[in-house]
Parts: sequence; C-alpha cells; structure tokens
Amino acid sequence: MLDAKIPSGPLDQKWTQYKGHCKLVNPANKRKLEVIVVGTGLAGASAAAALGELGYKVKAFCFQDSPRRAHSIAAQGGINAAKNYQNDGDSVYRLFYDTIKGGDYRAREANVHRLAEVSANIIDQCVAQGVPFAREYGGLLSNRSFGGTQVQRTFYAAGQTGQQLLIGAYQALERQVALGNVKMYTRHEMLDIVMIDGKTRGIIARDLKNGKLERHFGHAVLLCSGGYGNVFYLSTNAMGSNVTAAWKAHKKGAYFGNPCFTQIHPTCIPVSGDHQSKLTLMSESLRNDGRIWVPKKAGDTRKPNDIPEEERDYYLERRYPAFGNLVPRDVASRAAKERCDAGYGVGSSRQAVFLDYAAAIERYGKIEAGKKGLDNASSDEIIKMGKEVVKAKYGNLFDMYEKITGENPYEVPMRIYPAVHYTMGGLWVDYELMTTVPGLYALGEANFSDHGANRLGASALMQGLADGYFVIPYTIGNYLSEEIRTNAISTDHEAFVAAEKTVQERIEKLMQIKGSQSVESFHKRLGKIMWDKCGMGRNAAGLKTAISEIQALKKEFWSDVRIPGDINEMNPELDKAGRVADFIELGELMCIDALQREESCGGHFREEHQTPDGEAERHDESYMYVANWELKADSTWQLHKEPLIYDEVKPSQRSYK
Amino acid sequence: MALTGIFLITFLLVHVSINACVFADLFVNDDGEMFNKAAHFMGSTVLIRIMEVGLFGGIILHIVQGYLLTLENRSKRSVGYAINYGNGGSKWYSRSMGLLGTLILIFLVLHLYHFWTPARFTHVGLEVPVVYNGVEMHNMFLLMKTTFISPIVIVVYIMGCVSLAWHLAHGFQSAFRTIGVHNKKYNTLLISLGYGFSVIIPFLFILMPLSFHFGWIG
Amino acid sequence: MEHYTMNLNLKVWRQKNATAKGGFENYSVSNISSEMSFLEMFDVLNEKLIAEGKEPIAFDHDCREGICGMCSMYINGKPHGPWQATTTCQLHMRAFKDGDTIVVEPWRANAFPVVKDLAVDRGAFDRIIQAGGFVSVNTGNAVDGNALPIEKDKADAAFYAAACIGCGACVAACKNSSAMLFLSAKVSHLALLPQGGPERRSRVVNMVAQMDKEGFGSCTNTGACEATCPKEISISNIARLNQEYLAASLVSE
Repeated sequence: MLDAKIPSGPLDQKWTQYKGHCKLVNPANKRKLEVIVVGTGLAGASAAAALGELGYKVKAFCFQDSPRRAHSIAAQGGINAAKNYQNDGDSVYRLFYDTIKGGDYRAREANVHRLAEVSANIIDQCVAQGVPFAREYGGLLSNRSFGGTQVQRTFYAAGQTGQQLLIGAYQALERQVALGNVKMYTRHEMLDIVMIDGKTRGIIARDLKNGKLERHFGHAVLLCSGGYGNVFYLSTNAMGSNVTAAWKAHKKGAYFGNPCFTQIHPTCIPVSGDHQSKLTLMSESLRNDGRIWVPKKAGDTRKPNDIPEEERDYYLERRYPAFGNLVPRDVASRAAKERCDAGYGVGSSRQAVFLDYAAAIERYGKIEAGKKGLDNASSDEIIKMGKEVVKAKYGNLFDMYEKITGENPYEVPMRIYPAVHYTMGGLWVDYELMTTVPGLYALGEANFSDHGANRLGASALMQGLADGYFVIPYTIGNYLSEEIRTNAISTDHEAFVAAEKTVQERIEKLMQIKGSQSVESFHKRLGKIMWDKCGMGRNAAGLKTAISEIQALKKEFWSDVRIPGDINEMNPELDKAGRVADFIELGELMCIDALQREESCGGHFREEHQTPDGEAERHDESYMYVANWELKADSTWQLHKEPLIYDEVKPSQRSYK
Repeated sequence: MALTGIFLITFLLVHVSINACVFADLFVNDDGEMFNKAAHFMGSTVLIRIMEVGLFGGIILHIVQGYLLTLENRSKRSVGYAINYGNGGSKWYSRSMGLLGTLILIFLVLHLYHFWTPARFTHVGLEVPVVYNGVEMHNMFLLMKTTFISPIVIVVYIMGCVSLAWHLAHGFQSAFRTIGVHNKKYNTLLISLGYGFSVIIPFLFILMPLSFHFGWIG
Repeated sequence: MEHYTMNLNLKVWRQKNATAKGGFENYSVSNISSEMSFLEMFDVLNEKLIAEGKEPIAFDHDCREGICGMCSMYINGKPHGPWQATTTCQLHMRAFKDGDTIVVEPWRANAFPVVKDLAVDRGAFDRIIQAGGFVSVNTGNAVDGNALPIEKDKADAAFYAAACIGCGACVAACKNSSAMLFLSAKVSHLALLPQGGPERRSRVVNMVAQMDKEGFGSCTNTGACEATCPKEISISNIARLNQEYLAASLVSE
C-alpha cells in the first residue's frame, strides 16, 4: 500500500505543521552529507542552489554544455502566484482551487495547497535575485491573466519568463559553485541509480564529451530531469529532453504515476512537412487578446482576410461563452482538433485554425486614439496605433512566428494547431517528494504530483521553483537526519561496480547491433504511433494496436538500429539511441495506462467516454486515483492505486460554458 | 588607449588652432607674422616645453599600448575563419586601427623630421630669422612654404591626414565608450561630434600643405 | 509565401576531438525545402551520412526555439548565419537559394576550444558568472516583491540586458574574441537594479578579471558583437560596464 505521508490536520495547516515538526540536520552534519541533483532546470537549479546554501555537499549534472540551457528556459508566458496584488479576489485558496479544478480532480489536495502557499515566496525570492519581471509605471509588479482562471495572478517578463527565472536560479547555482558548495558536471548524462541495502547511494553518469562512465556517491539523489513529451517525437520540448533518468529510476523500483497524462498545448505553430524536427509554442498569453476561428464552410480555401465576418466560426466563444478563448488548454486543444477533424481546418495541411489579432489591433488602436484625443482618427491610423500596442505586448512572439512561417501575423491571422507540450505524469512521489525508492526524489515536471490530469498555464514554473526552493530543503532533512551516521561510501563498492557494468554492457549491446536504420527513424515511427493512437483522442482499439506496434518496434530497434562512431568519444547518435530505447519502453506503458483509465479527464480523452456535446466525462466512482506502475519484468507492469481523497474541494463536472 | 587617445585629440585641437594662423596671410596678407608669433610662443614658453615632454610621452604610450593591444587581441584566436565577418558587422576602419595608426606613425616621423627637428635642433632652413617688434624668431612660415614645394611631400601629408581621419572616425567615439559614456543623449552627441571632428580637423590640416603648394598663401 | 526546394553544397568543418587537426569537408544535399530550419537541413545531411556509413556531424543544439543559446554555427562568415537577430536554429532555408554553397565553421576563439566538429566548449561563460554574476541572496531571505518598487524604465533596461542567451556569438564575431558584450549584459542587468547594488563594485572587478583569465581579448568597440547578437543586446551595455569598472577601480581600497 502506497503511503503518501500526508500530514494530518486541516488542509491549510498541513505544511505549517510539517515544517514545525520535521527533523533537522545540524550545520556540521550537513557538510558531511552529499546530495546528487540530476538536471538543472528550474527545479534542479533551484534545489541545487538552495541545498548548497544550507551547507550540503551538492553535485549537479546536466547533459547540456551549461546549466543555463535546460528547457525551463523556453517557457514564455509567466508564473502564477497568489499575491492578490490586483485586488481581484485572489487568494491561496483560490489558486489551490483553480489548480485542482484545472487538473480535473486528479491531483493530491495537500500537495497542491502547499504549492499555492509557497507561490508568493517564489515571486519574492526571484525579485530579490534580480529577475526583471514586468512592472507598472509606479514601479510595482505587473500581472496578466492566463487560461482557466478569472483573476490576474500571472507574473511575467515579456515572453521570456522561463528564461529570466532560470537565469535567476542558474546564477544562484553558479554562486554556490563559486563558494564550493556545489560541483557542476556539464555534458554529463545519468545512466543508472546505484542502490546499496535498499537505499539510493549514487549514480552512474556518462561524460558525453569522451564517453567515459563515472561513479558518483550521494546520500540522496534528486531527479529534476523534466518531462517526457519527446516520446511523441514532435513536441515543444527541447531536442535533448528525455525520460532516461526517470526511466532508470523506474527500472530500479520507482513507480511511474499517471504516465498517460500528457498536455497538448493549443497554440503551437503547425507542422510544415516531414522534415519537422520539433514544434514551437506560441505563448498561451496570445489567447488573452487573439480570437480563434475557422471558416463556417468546410474545406473553405479562401485567404483568411477574404472570408467575411459572418462566415467565420469563433468556435470557442460559441461553445464556451463564459471563458471564451480563455478556456483551459485541454479544452481548447480538443475543440481545435474537433473542428479540423470535421473538415474545417485551414492552411495547406488543413490541420490548423486561425488565431486572429485584427479585432485586438482595432480595439487597442481605438483606445490609443481615445487617449490621445484623436476623435477623427482614420481607420488606417487606428490600425497603425493598434499594431504598436500589440507589438509592445507580443512583439517577440510575432517576430518568432514570422521567422518560422515567413508570414506577417500583423496582417494575416496566425495559423495554430495543438502540440504536445507537458507531461503531468511522472515518477510517483509522496508529500516529501520521495519516490518509492528510499533516498530517491523527483522534483518539477519529472514527478507526477501537482497538476492532476491537466496543468494550468503558468503553473509549471511555479511548481519547479516551489519544489526546489521551498519544499525539498525541508523534506530532505527529514530523510538525511537519519543518514548522518553513514559515511561517504567508496565508489569501489561492489554495487557501483555492478551498476557501471550493466550500463557498459547496454551501451556495447547498442553499438554492436550495427543495423541499417537510424535512431531518428525509429524515434519518428514511435512518435507517429503515439500521436495517432495515444494523443489528443484515445480509444481502446487504437491503444491495443499501439501496444503491439510498439512491442514490434522495440524488437526491430534492438535488432536493426545503426549507431555510427565509437563509444569513447563524443557521439550524439549513441546518446540519442539510449534515450529512444527508453522512450519506446515508456510509450508502451503510456498506452497501457491510457487503456486502463476508462474515463476522460483533463488531457486524457477517451473517445468512448464523452458527454453528448463532446465534453470529457469523468468517472469519479471508479477512477479517482493515481495509477502507479511498478515494473515487474520486460513489458510487464503491476498497477498500484493511490486513492485521491477530497476533503476540501467537492469534485464536479468542469464547466467553462 | 582611450585616455591617451583623448589626450591626443586635445593636442590635435591645439595644433590645428596654431597652424590655422597661417591662413591669416590669406586675409590680412601678414606673410606669416601671426603664425610665426604663435609658433615662437609655443617654442619659447617653458610651461609649454614641459607639456611637450608630456605630449611625447602620450604619443609613445598610445603607440606602445596600441601595438600591445593589437598583438594580444590577435593571439586570442589561433585558428582563424575561412570566411571573415567583414563589413557586415563592423566598419573596416574600426577593425584597422593598428594599420591606420601605423600609417600615421610613418607620417609622424617624416613630419617631425620636417619641422620639429629643424625648429629645436638643426635649424636647417631656418637660418634667416624674422624680427617682429624687435623679437627675433624662426621663420616657420617660410620653412612650411619651402617644404611643401615637393609634390611627394604633399602626397605623403594627404595620406597621413586621411589615415588620421579614419583613425579618428573610430577612435573619437570609441574613446568615450571606453571611459564609460553610455547615456543615450550624450552618446548620440559624441558620435556626431566625433564624425565632425574627424572630418574637419584632418581637412584643415590638409588645407595647409595644399595652400602653400598651390600658392594660395605665402 | 512561395515555398521551393533547393540543392546545396556544404563545406563543413570536421574535427574529431579537441586535440585532433581539423579540416573542411564538402557535402551536397538535395531537395531541401525552403520551409526547413537550418538545423533540419543538417538533420537531413546527418541522416544521409549515417545511411552512407559515415559519421554524422556533431553540433550543439537543444531548444530549437532560439532561447537556450546552445546552437552555435558560424555560417558563411557570420555567427548564426545571414539573418539579423536570429539564432542558427531559427534560421530558415528560405534564406538560401538553389545551388548555393554554404560554409559552416565552429565558433573560433581560444577561450572556446572545439570539442568536436562544430561543437565548442563555452564553460568560460559559466566561470565568468561564477565570478560575480549574481545577487548574493539565500533562499528565504527575500522581502515582499512589491516592497521594492523599481522605475519601469530601469526595469525594462535591465530586462533587455538580461535577455542575453549566452550563446557566444559576440565572441565569435569579434575580431578580438572579446566577451565584453556577454559580460556587460550581465553587469548592466544587475547594476540597473537596486538588488544588484550592494555587490556592484566587486562584481564588475571580479568578472572582468575572470574574463581576462579565460583568455578573451579586449574590446575595441568595433560593434561586430551588437550586429550579430541574436537577442540584439546593445553595445551601450559595454560603455556602462566601462563606467562601472572605472568607478569601481577608482574607489577600490
């Protein structure tokens, strides 16, 4: 039976109670305790920095050439916090409630409440670090609104919020490196967990510059390695984002929670051809001012500006009058897919909808004209002023769109389509962020914990930093206080030797296949299976086919993949091969998980389970649990359910109508 | 670099002002009286002679620093590019300060040989003094006139002044950036001032040999 | 936008490892779509090389959205290629036409040694940040975010400086291999904000010392860095750095 170790007491007192009673490690002992952090995104960099500040001996690893490049950097829109600076009725409870509801009642109450509680501290901490958040003329912090909420609680730095927050955490991390509290290993990839007497005692890492395997001891290991969206091949993730660290942990006994919960983001630049290597997100904030539409006539090939107003279908505003274009991501994505599947899609692929700024440009232009007292401004002048305002708010996003598509979004509506963006599932963790393996923690997107079946916009940055800055520094002490008598274990210990040997053998096995197909081609095929059958819409028949297709693909991979080059050199193809091999195994588990969850919730939409008007239909009586998978043998998993108990919130059908 | 550069810029200002006295001949036909007096003042005032030492110090420092900087900066890229960035990112003269400086240095040696050495030491070409209000002084005006008869000298002087113009076009504004002027208002002002300076000052200098050569003055 | 396909000749720097002697290799690729990104064209080339039993070209890349700063190709004589304010990964093939020859080199600077082919080691940038590119505030020390109002103009200017992605194009473009634009972006970001105030003097002195130690050249204000910067970091940051540095040197003990 899984124990989430949720503290007793009223919901809003749990974290306070926990902090007041958890065990502490005295400063002299902290110096002797070693912690390994894998990944240096928001969760990893903030955790490594915070633990370094406390005096632990930290080793941090990233596969990129610098910790600053982790994919948190690409987050555009913003970070939520229950500050209520706008006096619009926000509160810790409201943020907690919105997150639970947005997650379609599949997240753990206690974790989410804690997240909402520490959200305000994150903003304070980041401001103190010098993160240049957007400000008002009075010098105070500015906010914007985001999908799925009715208050303005999102803090931002133009369209580069993730970058600015990560640079803040990176600088804090580099400061600890300079102070000698953290040792940084760049271009290193974790390839196994080392266990001694049932506890995590270190990792095997590979130096990607020369292919050498290294053994590193740690009293605890923190996986902050991000999500696994790249299982779909095409996603908004970075090219290097991978599941390998989490998957190795899974193979060492860590349960994988809700693997099928993936988020498909509604506003991405559509696929342009077979050559496509990744997809680019257009910040959700664009939905604040843009209007989404398709032609009312199926298969309409006219240019968007030639289609008159009355022949446009603003389908989100039509279907969801209360939230309109600001419905949560899962709802917006499915609505776009529904229109395209019904034949109303636009662009050469017919797999896109319009995101139109003409109305916003005119509206802002009129406001500007009003401000300047220009009562007789011509429509051209109004449009010109409106474009200036839109440029100031979204200029960098518009530029990016134009660079990629070659079209000017100030003149022509943008074409957008949903794309894989985030994975709510991940390693199961308890309230202390520890996996089912003692001493092994998972933070940020790598864990399953806070977003249920769907994440709200601007909440990923919040969770990553909450876990790293404000949760793990407390909860890890509760474990490490018992470890103060364990001296550093020599990496000559047989467990390290054995783990390194396993890793070495797998690499050699991969290199010896010497087949005929590239790693990339396997990854593409896996992605297609996953997107077609385990993407935005899923059904039992498709999932069953997908499982057998993936099993066949796995066999083919291990008999016919071609990896050029050598082991003991920089070899990106070999690095990728290891990651794709893990993705294939994960893909199978995702389909199994999606198949067992006979309901629709959040980003998981089972076509068999929908309301008459096409909305997701939950089955709380049977599926209000976290599905955790334990690997028993190759392609064999056992399900462990963690029931979700709602004391505070009463689950209801989500309605944004 | 910047501090010595700015120091030399102020020197150029003094130099061009004194020399501009030759044009008095154009307006009042003084046959170089004003210029000779000014040159005498510069040559006979103790304070200015002391400053001259400082000037040479500044020039030498600027040259030494310049060569050291160029050499050191070049050593930072052992393997070069097959295709250079070229003018797409910067002006050719910004990248050629070493070369321009060297051309100016060559000119400077000749220039000192023409005027400074005779005035201070050898007195060749200055054998016949001029006397104004009972004060005997070198006839520098005459020396200029005779020096600038040779067309080769004219060509070298033009080359020297053109090099100086390009050197200043970069050096003027760069010097102020290096000492930290970043205010947009002042930067714009300094950039315009810099271009103006680098055109006007060398132009005035060139005008002198040309004026003597073609007999507009003297 | 009209789409078209093209055949291209590529001349790419190949170097087995940091110590090996490198050289250019010629390749050709066909049927490249104008809608592809530059790195997708490289993917096509690499797939072709793998199919032919040759070693693919190693190059750094990650986010492919122009924000992580990992991609680093020197294309036809300009870092990140012909477009303004663009990283290599955001450069698209419509920048080229059928029959073009494209020369691709790694960043060149002694402070950025080649790791393999087109990948270089930019660890020097991390060490410059370690020398002082931070605000020394431990987690949990912070006061309320709105307790410290900051003039909007200053906050915006700090933001524009902080937009640096640390790609190193400024060093690659500079004839002196100077890292001043990178360094000045960080110094400006923190000097413009009150949070950076207490460490203002020591920061700039230590970071400049570290830059020199890493083997970058000195700035001669040619402006090549600003012209090539994918995030359009202004060269006026360098002037601000100089002011900060002079001020710090004058008052130092």
